[in-house]
Amino acid sequence: MSEEFKVEIVNPEKSFLVKDDVSEVVVPAFEGEMGILKDHISIISFLKPGIIKILSKSGDENYYVEDGIVEFKNNNLSILTSTIFNLVDMDKSKQQDLLKQAEEEANKTDINDQSKYLADQKVEVLKTLN
Amino acid sequence: MASLDDLKKRIASVKSTQKITKAMKMVAAAKLRRAQESAEKGRPYSEKMNNVILNLSNGISDKENAPKLLSGTGQEKTHLCVVMTSDRGLCGGFNSNIIKKAKSYFAKILDEGKELKIITVGSKGNDQLKRVYGDKIIENISFKESKNANYFDADKVGKMVIEIFEAGEFDVCTIFYNQFKNVITQIPQAQQIIPLNNEGEENSSEESYEFEPDEDEILSNLLPKNISTQIFKAMLENSASEQGSRMSAMDNATRNAGEMVDKLTIEYNRSRQAAITKELIEIISGAESL
Repeated sequence: MSEEFKVEIVNPEKSFLVKDDVSEVVVPAFEGEMGILKDHISIISFLKPGIIKILSKSGDENYYVEDGIVEFKNNNLSILTSTIFNLVDMDKSKQQDLLKQAEEEANKTDINDQSKYLADQKVEVLKTLN
Repeated sequence: MASLDDLKKRIASVKSTQKITKAMKMVAAAKLRRAQESAEKGRPYSEKMNNVILNLSNGISDKENAPKLLSGTGQEKTHLCVVMTSDRGLCGGFNSNIIKKAKSYFAKILDEGKELKIITVGSKGNDQLKRVYGDKIIENISFKESKNANYFDADKVGKMVIEIFEAGEFDVCTIFYNQFKNVITQIPQAQQIIPLNNEGEENSSEESYEFEPDEDEILSNLLPKNISTQIFKAMLENSASEQGSRMSAMDNATRNAGEMVDKLTIEYNRSRQAAITKELIEIISGAESL
């Protein structure tokens, strides 16, 4: 029996990525990173800013996401997100842009704790990409 | 009867109108393909989102304390209607169909003695509604600058709706848009988004999910996103419908213009012939009398 399952990443504009030979996916879930292997229990969770790692036979891929929902069911992993970037396509200038935006947001004083936390997360993650 | 010169001018003007409508049809056809594509590509997201929410709301144990966005405020006094139309005209019955649907809904609500609030998206809807329901319109949004429907815009509308909801200004929210079926058929839709009604298709899978963090927290995060997603879906459907409707309207207009040119040309030739005949008769009868 193969140890592979299917992953689908969808953003509002289109179906971003479909892969069916994935052996492991690590998602930045809200309460910490979560590795998902085949036959994981059905789960719904949501994401905080971070890196999605997709490990498969055809090579590993890394994506930067800012938010999203993951649903795992019957060996189908669906990730719904509104902002996602492939790290391969992410160059320095883009990263700096995002970082600047995130920092601006984090420095706002009139936001609630949760948005502040999310903005801080963004800054942290983007900084580690360097 | 119009003079020959007048007829000539008419023909020329109808012909140039025909050129314009033909060009508009071509443009609409090109845009339609793109809009249709993105509408189709956008469907998985909203479907998945709906599924997740369905699963969540089925799994929720304490229905009494469910988030208000899901269960409603418990009353139905004030209705908010988001009427989504286009920013441009010349697209056949596209806007009027939505407005007609919306107006009959408005009339029903007002008859029942409930309060009505309207948000219009797109300037055409605002133009048509402000005459009768001007005092009910609380906001008018228009995305003239953005070329294609994008999520960012939808999110703005969604956030606004939620803000108003949280301020307790309405109990039920319905969006009006045209669902794209095919180029000649667009179906005006009224979709209730707050509170969410899971009409039909109960997910029969009894499978229980593990939630992390717990259901309530996920739901309260997901529901606002769902509002934006539904609005975005409506925007995509709308833009595809708009182009489809414009395309068929312009196709009709081009055909009608062609018919008109034919008719006018016949009339022009006839009166030219008549004038020649008249002149001939005059000359002949003049010669005969000599």
